[in-house]
Amino acid sequence: MDEIEYASATGAFSYLWLLIALPALGALFLLLAGRRADKWGHWVGVATVASSFGLGLWMFFSLRGLTDKTAYQELFQFLSVGDLTIDAALLFDPLSAVFVLLITGVGSLIHLYAVGYMEHDEGRRRFFGYFNLFVAAMLLLVLGGNYFMMFVGWEGVGLASYLLISFWQMKPSAATAGKKAFLTNRVADVGFVLALFTMIGAVGSVDFDAVFNAGIDGQLTSGVTLALGLLLLLAAVGKSGQFPLQTWLPDAMEGPTPVSALIHAATMVTAGVYLIARSHIIFELNSTVQTTVVAIGAITLLFGCIVGCAQDDIKRILAWSTVSQIGYMFLAVGLGGAALALGIIHLLAHGFFKAGLFLGAGSVMHGMNDQTDIRRFGGLWKKMPWTYATFAAGWIAIIGMWPFSGFFTKDPIILAAFAREGWQGWVFGGSALLGAAITAFYMTRLFVLTFHGPKRWTDPDHHPHESPPVMVVPLVFLALGSVGAGFLLAAGVPEWLSPVFGETTLAYGHLGHTEVMILTLSAVVLGAALAWWLFRSGGEKVQQPARTAIVRAARSSLYGDRANELVLETPGRFLTNASVWIDNRGVDGIVNSLAATIGGSSRRLLRLQTGYVRSYALSILFGAVLVVAALLVVFVG
Amino acid sequence: MNPEYYLILAAALFCIGAVGVLVRRNAIVVFMCVELMLNAGNLTLVTFARTNGSVDGQVMAFFVMVVAAAEVVVGLAIVMAIYRSRRSASVDDANLLKC
Repeated sequence: MDEIEYASATGAFSYLWLLIALPALGALFLLLAGRRADKWGHWVGVATVASSFGLGLWMFFSLRGLTDKTAYQELFQFLSVGDLTIDAALLFDPLSAVFVLLITGVGSLIHLYAVGYMEHDEGRRRFFGYFNLFVAAMLLLVLGGNYFMMFVGWEGVGLASYLLISFWQMKPSAATAGKKAFLTNRVADVGFVLALFTMIGAVGSVDFDAVFNAGIDGQLTSGVTLALGLLLLLAAVGKSGQFPLQTWLPDAMEGPTPVSALIHAATMVTAGVYLIARSHIIFELNSTVQTTVVAIGAITLLFGCIVGCAQDDIKRILAWSTVSQIGYMFLAVGLGGAALALGIIHLLAHGFFKAGLFLGAGSVMHGMNDQTDIRRFGGLWKKMPWTYATFAAGWIAIIGMWPFSGFFTKDPIILAAFAREGWQGWVFGGSALLGAAITAFYMTRLFVLTFHGPKRWTDPDHHPHESPPVMVVPLVFLALGSVGAGFLLAAGVPEWLSPVFGETTLAYGHLGHTEVMILTLSAVVLGAALAWWLFRSGGEKVQQPARTAIVRAARSSLYGDRANELVLETPGRFLTNASVWIDNRGVDGIVNSLAATIGGSSRRLLRLQTGYVRSYALSILFGAVLVVAALLVVFVG
Repeated sequence: MNPEYYLILAAALFCIGAVGVLVRRNAIVVFMCVELMLNAGNLTLVTFARTNGSVDGQVMAFFVMVVAAAEVVVGLAIVMAIYRSRRSASVDDANLLKC
């Protein structure tokens, strides 16, 4: 590999900082403006993100004109300690460019939608403030010119996600979910921080080019690359809700639906994929780490699918499908080489259709008085035609049916998984294929139960209605993306990303392109047809008794929470109690008994202070006698 | 001349003085007993001066007398002050320093 070198930013790119500054200022304004801005503040939020999108487009086209396809802007020196200097720097290259467009583009649509969705919420201004803060932090994450700047954005999105998940703090479940997300993410962030320290220790720098070039030149030992890879993977796993840190993501659905769409589908949870894609050089240096990434991707995608089949809450199903789709992306970026770009295009396409699905779910909830149980829907296709049509586009896209976007992005990933050498190709390719079939099954179940079959509303007087235009318009745009984006992305993006990732042609392994395509399509059709046949008449109205162990396990999210409780919480609590006991009895015991000894002896000595001259004289005499006796012992004895 | 007799006399005087300080309540008597102890000390100093054939001890004895005289002046003043405020010269009445 050639050494990596970043060209410094000139021309359009000297305004790179403005991309982040606009939503950041928006957040600052909205959070400080107070009640005065309640009536119109949300439009400020929409405007800042939209103008960032415009700016991003301008820079995207400017980048196309450059020969070396990078723009590195150094803003100021962040800190300087000894030999280590960390700059506040931004990097705009093909990879961050596509992310910037995704974040600001999909972000603008979701902001627009949120104007309608949050119309009756008292905290709408605060909501948009947090939303803008999130966009700013996410842009900092993808634009950060070194790992440290990326980490600042990484923590920023964690904070914004916490604030937004627990936005309705008066609901205990929302407050708990926010806390859970925050804590789980902190566990992962430990990985990121340790990775930063490892870089500083091994390379003496956290700059992308310095770390990567050290890897390319072979200066990093395999132990360092292993540690670095695993630590970065830990960080990515937490942020992206992958196995074994997946439990926070479904609970995060307590936040308002636009949050689920923006943060937990389109952007933040894909940050883990971005991190691995950005650090692909480190991962490619060590095949153990790569295999670990692939394995985590494969485990997670099946995990998410299986749990998704057993959930009844519309947003939770979508959340589990996010977990599973990001598993596909992990699988792809773990495979490395040409598959890296496949992971990114699936991420982009997923941003469109999953955001569309979430917003569609929000629209359904809007029309159904915040009902989220899919067993209580049914027959909505006549009442909400726009939501129905756009949701259908997202549904066909996510299950990977030709000619919608998921087909063009998921299919090559399955192909690439089969291309891995030896038994791994069969295992990983097989899981990806099985995952596609199960995805088709549970997404069809969700779709059919929500929009088709007989009405199963609890309140017969309730009349579902279509959402206002401000919510429908973003849905339409996202649906168009779900229809067309996949083909366009698959055609253009791998080529566009080649300056970052290198090669673009896929190697074929166990199975050829046509075979995989036929297999995948038939698996998808099979899964979807089965679900349609099972649930077309409405399916279960109340929860059926779980007959098999796998259903029981899936209903309780494959015991993810219980595993956490058993492996982490219980020993943690025991450790805490033990520490408290040792602290009380041991440390405090020593200190307190020392104090008590001194206090007690002072009280005893106090009795000697009688104030009688004669008793003092007696003690002086005693002292004198003692001195004389001692002298006698020394000199005579 | 055996200096031992003088030293024994000095020791006896010192003990009488010490016991007096310890057992008597009247401040004046206590003072006199302190003087007795000082004089016992002076006697030993003079005895050793004679024994060693130098005048150092004699000089020291003079110093002790001067200091004792000065101390008695201060001490008697304190005793007078206490007597004025408490109408008593007993050392046990003046126990305000106890805590």
